[in-house]
Amino acid sequence: MSILVFVEHHGNELQKGSLGVLTKAASLGDADVAAVLVGAGVTALASEAGKFGAAKVFVADGDAFEPPLPQARVDVLAKVAQENGYDTILLANSVLAADIAAGLSARLDAGLNWDLVDITSDFTGKRPALQDSVYVDVGWTSTPRIALFRAGSFDAAATAGGEPEVVDVAAELSPHSQSAKVVGQELEESTGPSIEDADIIVAGGRGLGAPESFTLAEELARALGGAVGATRAVVDAGWYPYAAQIGQTGKVVSPKLYVALGISGAIQHKVGMQSSNVIVAINKDPNAPIFEFSDLGVVGDVHEVVPKLTELVKQRKSA
Amino acid sequence: MKIAVCVKHVPEGSSKIDAASKRLDRSGEGALNRFDANAVEEALRLKGDGDSEVVVVSLGPPKAADSLRKALAMGADRAVLVSDDAAAGSDLVATSRLLGKALEREAADLVLFGQQASDSDGAVLWAAVAERLQRPVVSQAAELAVDGGTLRVKRQTEFGYDIIEAPLPAVVAVSDAINEPRYPSLKGIMGAKKKPFDTLSLQDVGVDAADAGEAGSRTTVIGLGEPPARGDARKIEGDGDAAQAIVDFLAEKRLI
Repeated sequence: MSILVFVEHHGNELQKGSLGVLTKAASLGDADVAAVLVGAGVTALASEAGKFGAAKVFVADGDAFEPPLPQARVDVLAKVAQENGYDTILLANSVLAADIAAGLSARLDAGLNWDLVDITSDFTGKRPALQDSVYVDVGWTSTPRIALFRAGSFDAAATAGGEPEVVDVAAELSPHSQSAKVVGQELEESTGPSIEDADIIVAGGRGLGAPESFTLAEELARALGGAVGATRAVVDAGWYPYAAQIGQTGKVVSPKLYVALGISGAIQHKVGMQSSNVIVAINKDPNAPIFEFSDLGVVGDVHEVVPKLTELVKQRKSA
Repeated sequence: MKIAVCVKHVPEGSSKIDAASKRLDRSGEGALNRFDANAVEEALRLKGDGDSEVVVVSLGPPKAADSLRKALAMGADRAVLVSDDAAAGSDLVATSRLLGKALEREAADLVLFGQQASDSDGAVLWAAVAERLQRPVVSQAAELAVDGGTLRVKRQTEFGYDIIEAPLPAVVAVSDAINEPRYPSLKGIMGAKKKPFDTLSLQDVGVDAADAGEAGSRTTVIGLGEPPARGDARKIEGDGDAAQAIVDFLAEKRLI
């Protein structure tokens, strides 16, 4: 049993989701677990991957891998998996990783199960379906198996592992893997405390009605000691900065408390916050999907409920 | 320019999984996957008044013709439905193989997908199809332009925006933020009935039955289970006490 984990990085940081999957892989009994790192100047990050359970780290380091595009990474993973006979390839979901997983599936004719939240040591995956109303046990009929995990499925935990063995990979790139080029980037680095690390998040959606109403979210967040998040719809509309965007594109968060104000709960948003411990939603539409995955749902007008709530929280904290 | 748009016919309303086949129950009413309407719209926008051809392609049961007709009513020029009993239950490996073969016949300059399927929440097919076709792929496109033989895409990721250029032919998955799909006009609906519509079997696209459906798939559904209970989920109607009820709830959970 040998498992390969694609470890995604951004800048000089390995992504928490990937390290969580690596941690999980290392916990699956006596599997031979290796990580794959692909990028420009990523060799230095290999020992970090070792701390999370990779005994071996395959590194493809080069300028060709600088842009965060999937297809050159498919070339690398296919080569490593085939030449070393890895029977299982695991990835943490992201915009990049989903495209890598699917490309690899077609390249190797290898089954891909996606949106998994867990996997057993005999390789049965667990996949929530139909708005998470059913949990489906899924498997593979051949190897290699590819699994793509939902964000926040596993906590990353450093082990006492030593320095990993680093193996340089010289992959030949397919012509179609090199033809897309990143010609510009607008990266928005967040300022202030990151919403990804906040224990409490108050997020606002289109149901707030107007950009000014974001003060409702900000005041409640201040009273609770939390950070402010936003949906893609309101970021697109220019009500709130992109750095606060939570969702499929945007941040993936799992705070202790998530308060959703005027958020319908579209899948784009849901994937970014569904692993929050406790979810409280206030929305005037009783049929909003968000109520299906909230611990406490309040059908009501945010403009009436939230100011009172903020006041009560303040009173309680000062008492 | 020739643009192919891949669309999916999905069950409407509350879906369920058939306990015997462990597949999604597709016996009820269906509709065009709403995310695919964004891809159809984008193809029509790129076509504009020009002489590009927009062909919509689907893999599905005979009823999937309804969704293709809707795309034709929106303004697409031609439809291709790959439909074969032996293709039922195809997973990503089999589906990408079948769609890839159907798309090879079309030799489109640009292949578009919507950002996900609303029934399976699948959001990966384009990358597998691009690999079958050996073409560059860009996903999560929020803006799309074609200039000569080059595609320019602004796409959103977890970290901001990337501007990506790729030569045609290429595969692009558009985000649902890219446009607001039009509704078919009455004239469009009437006109759709006269537009070319091809239905192809596995044999027509050149795929063996052994490489399609469950036989050609590499994943399997083992069983269905209940989701873990989300504690004791509560829902209250907002009246004067809603704020107090939330505070009590947060206190009970030791969050304040």
